[in-house]
Amino acid sequence: MLILFGMPIVQIILFGFAVTTEVQNIRLAVLDSSNDQATTEIVHELKANPYFGSVMYVHTTEEINKTFLENKADIVLTFEENFQQNLLHTGSASIQLLVDGTDPNMCKILVGYVTNILAVYQQKYATSENTTIQINPHVKMLYNPQTKSAYNFVPGVMGLILMLICAMMTSISIVREKETGTMEVLLVSPIKPLYIVFAKMVPYFVLSCVNLATILLLSVYVLGVPMSGNLGLLVAISMLFILVALSIGLLISTVVDTQVAAMLVSGMILMMPVILLSGMIYTIESMPVPLQYASHIIPAKWYILCVKKVMIEGLGIHAVYHEVIILFIMAFVLLTISIKLFKDRLQ
Amino acid sequence: MDAISVNKISKSYGTVRALQEVSFEVQKGELFGIIGPDGAGKTTLFRILTTLMLPDLGTATVNGLDVVTDYKEIRRQVGYMPGRFSLYQDMTVEENLTFFATLFGTTVRENYDLVKDIYQPLEKFKTRRAGKLSGGMKQKLALSCALIHKPSVLFLDEPTTGVDPVSRRDFWEMLQRLKKQGITIVVSTPYMDEAVLCDRIALIREGQFMGIETPQEIVNSYQERLWAVHSNKMSSLLAELRTFKGIQSCFSFGDVLHVTVIDDQLSPASLKCFLVKEGHADVEVYPIQATIEDCYMLLAK
Repeated sequence: MLILFGMPIVQIILFGFAVTTEVQNIRLAVLDSSNDQATTEIVHELKANPYFGSVMYVHTTEEINKTFLENKADIVLTFEENFQQNLLHTGSASIQLLVDGTDPNMCKILVGYVTNILAVYQQKYATSENTTIQINPHVKMLYNPQTKSAYNFVPGVMGLILMLICAMMTSISIVREKETGTMEVLLVSPIKPLYIVFAKMVPYFVLSCVNLATILLLSVYVLGVPMSGNLGLLVAISMLFILVALSIGLLISTVVDTQVAAMLVSGMILMMPVILLSGMIYTIESMPVPLQYASHIIPAKWYILCVKKVMIEGLGIHAVYHEVIILFIMAFVLLTISIKLFKDRLQ
Repeated sequence: MDAISVNKISKSYGTVRALQEVSFEVQKGELFGIIGPDGAGKTTLFRILTTLMLPDLGTATVNGLDVVTDYKEIRRQVGYMPGRFSLYQDMTVEENLTFFATLFGTTVRENYDLVKDIYQPLEKFKTRRAGKLSGGMKQKLALSCALIHKPSVLFLDEPTTGVDPVSRRDFWEMLQRLKKQGITIVVSTPYMDEAVLCDRIALIREGQFMGIETPQEIVNSYQERLWAVHSNKMSSLLAELRTFKGIQSCFSFGDVLHVTVIDDQLSPASLKCFLVKEGHADVEVYPIQATIEDCYMLLAK
């Protein structure tokens, strides 16, 4: 019943709001080495645009890298030296647009916005000064120079597949014991419920690790996604995420009684939010604020962030400790709740 | 000390009252039968005694241990065979037995003597998957698994439902042998013919016990006059006898009808006379000894 009437509501809201390809509250960073009238005017134009949120100034190229690593800006504009001089004398000047290429969809949108605004500025300039000028934006995709979409979807698919397989398999395997009645016999034995739970989790943990290996091998050797970071770190984080997913499966199995229900719950409740709210397909930053908060409770979101940072951007543990801690807390809380809820009686 | 003592246990599922103030005792080494139709509350009672469910009201002890507070210890001491085949269908016969031995912290070899008689016919199928066994074989395997840890009390919930008559007889012979080894056995069944094989039986209906006695006592306590009636037109005979004045009840028992007679004036000969007049041929009417089923029918009214 809940699924029947609840699903349309959830889906309409999710698709209506989350699934917008607009990007809002863009955080802009500017490296302005000429700092003249033209550059200030351009930055002003950008600021005035409703899609852009904050603007920060950086002064060195090192700072640019830092803003990306710390995820403080979505796009960095670098004006060439003597920007206005060049415009006046040669009629053309260039700007470098730096964006984070791990999310190619978002990149294209960002670059589109900026080039549009630049074109409008050119138009204005032409009508007021009566000369035509040419501003050349040079786009540089960090981490993903060829804007391969695999860079975006591989982490997403890893999150999705691991979550689905782990959660669905564990919940189904426990619920199957309830259905066939073997759980009844297991309970009337001195074995502790904790052992039953762990005995159920261990094989699926191992299976999921095999899955992880397959996905990684395929993405590196078939899809050509780089393995820029530490493989050990990535595997460790993935195992943590698998643990979270297993705990979710366990939790599902304690509340449903049939395999079909377990399948539906893990399919509907896990798959939809993971696809929509994990940042796999739709950019979280451009969702309405309530949905952004909702996305925080999706473990896959944090995992996908980790994978992007470690696998594609090649960052170390210091860049992902925040996400790792969140995943740890999730694993701990979910596991505790599900072990507490695991009934050692029927009913 | 009694092996099992149940004191006014009640259990409801919503508005359905599965058990209503059920009380009984089972002595050590007794073969105790709980006889009743489907939905009478047998399984609920078993689940409460095996600590799988909590009673709403009342107390119960198994081996002197409370089913609510000492449930962990009870689980160590009892063997339970649920009504549904509840072994791992995709594991082999041998794997199942080993699994359940390990579950209870013992080995198959340690307690093999106890299950030897039951398990031996299965030995030649030990690499076969449990799900592929025949009904009778499944029961034997399930019983072996329930016995492998040497329980002192054995709970068997409808062990012979869906099993062929020969296997059923074998199964009851096995129970008699287990009883000789001092194991207390509580067994439920919807089959009245199995009731006589128990030391004492409780007739249960709609969550209430209707009497706990030895099968003989139950039969002896039957006070009605009971006749068997047979003719060449059985279906119309049943309807006619039910409307016949002086006959209290009439049920079909195999190829004869059992009727209880309340009219003292009526004799088998006069009833036969009447039926022949009504157009029946090959009429036979003769008094018979009551069976457990007759007693159950009487109590269940």
